[in-house]
Amino acid sequence: MATKPLPPHHDPAVDPMIDPVTGEFAVIAPGHTFKSVTEKISRVVLTSHTPLGWFFGLIVASGIATLFVIAVTWLVLKGVGVWGVTIPGAWGFAIINFVWWIGIGHAGTLISAILLLFKQGWRNSINRFAEAMTIFAVVCAGMFPVLHVGRPWLGYWLLPLPNTMNVWPQFRSPLAWDVFAVSTYATISVVFWYIGMVPDFGTLRDKAQLPLAKYVYGLLSLGWRGSTRHWMRYETASLLLAGLSTPLVLSVHTVISFDFAVAALPGWHTTIFPPYFVAGAIYSGFAMVLTLAIPIRKFYHMEDLVTVRHLDNMAKVMLGTGLIVAYGYGMEVFMAWYSASHWEWFMMWNRMFGPMGWGYWLLILFNIAIPLLTLWWRKLRTNVAYLFLLSIVVNIGMWFERFVIVVTSLYRDFLPSSWGTYKATRWDYLLFIGTMGLFTSLFLLFVRFAPMIPMNEIKMMLPATKIHGIDAEETVEETA
Amino acid sequence: MLVREGVYGLLAEFDTPGAMVHATEAARDAGYRRMECYTPYPVEEAASALDVHRNRVPLLTLMGGILGLTTAFTMQTWVSVIAYPLNIAGRPLFSWPAFIIPAYEWTILFAGLSAAFGMLALNGLPQPYHPLFNAPNFRLGATDNKFFLCLEAIDPQFDANETRAFLEQFHAVSVVEVEL
Repeated sequence: MATKPLPPHHDPAVDPMIDPVTGEFAVIAPGHTFKSVTEKISRVVLTSHTPLGWFFGLIVASGIATLFVIAVTWLVLKGVGVWGVTIPGAWGFAIINFVWWIGIGHAGTLISAILLLFKQGWRNSINRFAEAMTIFAVVCAGMFPVLHVGRPWLGYWLLPLPNTMNVWPQFRSPLAWDVFAVSTYATISVVFWYIGMVPDFGTLRDKAQLPLAKYVYGLLSLGWRGSTRHWMRYETASLLLAGLSTPLVLSVHTVISFDFAVAALPGWHTTIFPPYFVAGAIYSGFAMVLTLAIPIRKFYHMEDLVTVRHLDNMAKVMLGTGLIVAYGYGMEVFMAWYSASHWEWFMMWNRMFGPMGWGYWLLILFNIAIPLLTLWWRKLRTNVAYLFLLSIVVNIGMWFERFVIVVTSLYRDFLPSSWGTYKATRWDYLLFIGTMGLFTSLFLLFVRFAPMIPMNEIKMMLPATKIHGIDAEETVEETA
Repeated sequence: MLVREGVYGLLAEFDTPGAMVHATEAARDAGYRRMECYTPYPVEEAASALDVHRNRVPLLTLMGGILGLTTAFTMQTWVSVIAYPLNIAGRPLFSWPAFIIPAYEWTILFAGLSAAFGMLALNGLPQPYHPLFNAPNFRLGATDNKFFLCLEAIDPQFDANETRAFLEQFHAVSVVEVEL
């Protein structure tokens, strides 16, 4: 049924996944009770029979993560010279990957915070693992600037810490702003994620059979007992964290875009960068949520909790943000012409038809042509296999977007005498692929040891929560 | 006023949130005040029935935000003007527009941490021990699919026999005594 489209004459009585009232896909499949939700989600964590596929996945992913360890070890032994970064292409893979990973994280915060504020109930099924995705993506992203400084063991110099040299950060630089933006983002994401899991850890504590599991989840649950007074403060705190994460997530990619936009380089020095970076981040992030959600819902049989409705909605968000990204691309070209700046126009011409022009057309194909021409059709938006492939296409496309921005602006700047080229080395590739292994390993550990779908939030969406016989007028009065 | 030593209260278990809320409202009307509901997810009607409307998490968050803003802004000003003055392309030492961005981030950082840890602190968490965990049925359902109302022995209205009889009229699955 997952691949079935919804014709207008569709009979809701036939397909249980169609809501008979709205004619839309149901957010969660009918028939769930409080008990069944608890059982279904906690079983994945508490089972003594870990699926073999999980072990297989972890072995492959951690094998790839080993490449990361090797690449970092070699980098630390030899220095950043093992990378392809040089003058003029001084930023290279390190910054491309940094921006790519952190952009992926943004969808998690969008789902957990912005969609909460907009009361999008469907987000409840996917917010937990989208938040986990955010954190692991930020972990991978954070590696690159720290390694790029050359002596990562001195990375703490980026922070405003008192030191015997009496040297302090320079707060007029966007690179210093980055440190604040990314560290705040990482901290708040972890806190939001953990606070969200506390009641579910309480459920796991109460369901666990193994003494060790009882003990560990008992510690993690902080003694949560579901008291109403606690719940009310908890709800207030969640809402406030969502309200704070919303401007935060918008600021993080804005600040990252300042790294480029504040520079005077053609192709970077543009005011469209902040909104266009944020939209691109959410675009790629939703693609990554789909890349993760589609195999996981299949593997753990969560199709009744992460339904076609979710996939359809995520595809719609991708369509919306993709259109903003397309507008950004268009505006870049227009402004390069309209500015009447010789350098800007040359940069754009070189970006399209220069030695690395293939990268530009690849990103147009992957980010604009394929997704934005196809996502209009509900048939394709609800086709799980197509969405999975498309999500990978967009992830690749968004990586090329950052590649094009970083490389084609740097290697052809104002003076032809300082032109050069950029070629990544095997260590660049190894490190990048290694972070993918690290990301996947962390994610697999998360789905095994933490509740991947928030049980308490799913329960709030069940019909059994409806309370009859309460004086409605009284409630209205009180809330007013 | 029959209260046995070492009793925390009487815990009534319900199958539906509606039954629990109904009992809570009745208990409040009967004059009980020291009571609490325990549910697997937030039940707003229970909060109304308990007359719990406000909390101080927003105030703490606001204070955290103001603290973060002032901390970051004064720190940057002190570093850039006094501790380590640098001439960056002739810009003034007190380049306040540039300082807004880290100050903005720390406003969010401090406010967010205050919201999260303030909520835990006001809730008295972490609290590994609580008398309710002594009740045999509490951990079987409180975080899963059952709804509990606990009338606490500290309430002046509390009477071991009368309160039990009072709770039993609401079709509770069970009413058990919770030991301290």
